[in-house]
Amino acid sequence: MSQPATTTPVEEAPKPKAPVVTFTKKERKILTDPLWDNNPITLQILGICSALAVTVQMNTALVMSLGVIFVVSLSNVLISMIRNYIPDSIRIIVYMAVIASLVIVVDQFLQAYLFELSLALSVFVGLIITNCIVMGRAEAFASKNPVWPSFLDGIGNTLGYSVVLLIVASVREILGKGTWFGIHLIPDRLYDLGYMNNGLMVLSPGAFLIVGLLVWSQRSISGYAEEA
Amino acid sequence: MEHYLSLLIKSIFVENILLVSFLGMCSFLACSKKLETALGLGIAVTFVQTLTVPTNWLIREYMLKKGALAWVGPSFAELDLSFLNLITFIAVIAALVQVVEMIIDRFSPALYAALGVFLPLITVNCAILGGSLFMVERKLNFPESITYGVGSGLGWFLAIVALASIREKIRYSNIPPGLRGLGITFIITGLMSMAFMSFSGIKL
Repeated sequence: MSQPATTTPVEEAPKPKAPVVTFTKKERKILTDPLWDNNPITLQILGICSALAVTVQMNTALVMSLGVIFVVSLSNVLISMIRNYIPDSIRIIVYMAVIASLVIVVDQFLQAYLFELSLALSVFVGLIITNCIVMGRAEAFASKNPVWPSFLDGIGNTLGYSVVLLIVASVREILGKGTWFGIHLIPDRLYDLGYMNNGLMVLSPGAFLIVGLLVWSQRSISGYAEEA
Repeated sequence: MEHYLSLLIKSIFVENILLVSFLGMCSFLACSKKLETALGLGIAVTFVQTLTVPTNWLIREYMLKKGALAWVGPSFAELDLSFLNLITFIAVIAALVQVVEMIIDRFSPALYAALGVFLPLITVNCAILGGSLFMVERKLNFPESITYGVGSGLGWFLAIVALASIREKIRYSNIPPGLRGLGITFIITGLMSMAFMSFSGIKL
């Protein structure tokens, strides 16, 4: 986790409740909470780098989302399995080893089967290792909970992450290039009338502004406000 | 010499690791509330980046690259360990951060006290791992990798210090509740990134 313990939602998330009667309800909560109320990007501020970098077009955003879903759900499962055997003082290094191995699997898979996309994603697949979302969930949830809830937590959080990624990528690709997954959306007639693609969206400032506006709207609707 | 100067300028301004490549965002957002902490973290990142990029270059060149182990013996000449890049780099970074921490603690307790909290955090700062990965992707040679390490570290330092100063200024502004904190920080960063784009015209 590359941020200090100032963001409260991370600490609050793994409060263990009575795990007997309300099991299914609790499971559902673990799964759906990060989609909106505790979204990893807009509220927990985890995994921002990749959210900005791979969202120029939909394909890269989708592949990145799938990669992160794979890594986080599996790393949560593995770490939760061995959580009682890891000495506390070296736990970060153990997490790192687990996560790095999983990321290598994803990286090699992409290079073997989706070479073009792996070039487009460049270093960002490797950077899943330092994506705070992986480390954050491992430390905050998987290290304290059994395997099944950890798996759900991994899936839920990465789904919340993917939703944001896909929204940002949609906005950027449609406004910036007039396409969506490479399909032309804006009719030629509009271009004839003088419509132009917004080049800013493809560049880095566009990413910052879109994510900023997204955070603003999500927080206005959910009524969450940070102390200034 | 000019080549290295131009690479340095390029990695600080034109291809700023934070504002253009989006690396190291988490600590950038979390530690930019106060100028002092931003300064400390910036210095620590620059320091570690300057050390890790060349170190990882050496390790890759003599151990991991295809055919890099030829110096061990002819039977190793065909070995390609580059799939171990990621895990080696992260291990090197973690180890170096630890060493740097111990050295600073031993020789300059004052600096250690100033950086203390942030040093271990640097291991998981994606700007550091990203720097090493970019070094591989751009096929830099050894002196270039030193230059790139210094430059990208300084670029990150510059960005976080600038943002922290701006955030200190806007602390008493009347910002809409939903935009407070993260939202407005993103928009400021977007504007900064736009400003940095004007450097992209520089040809050296």
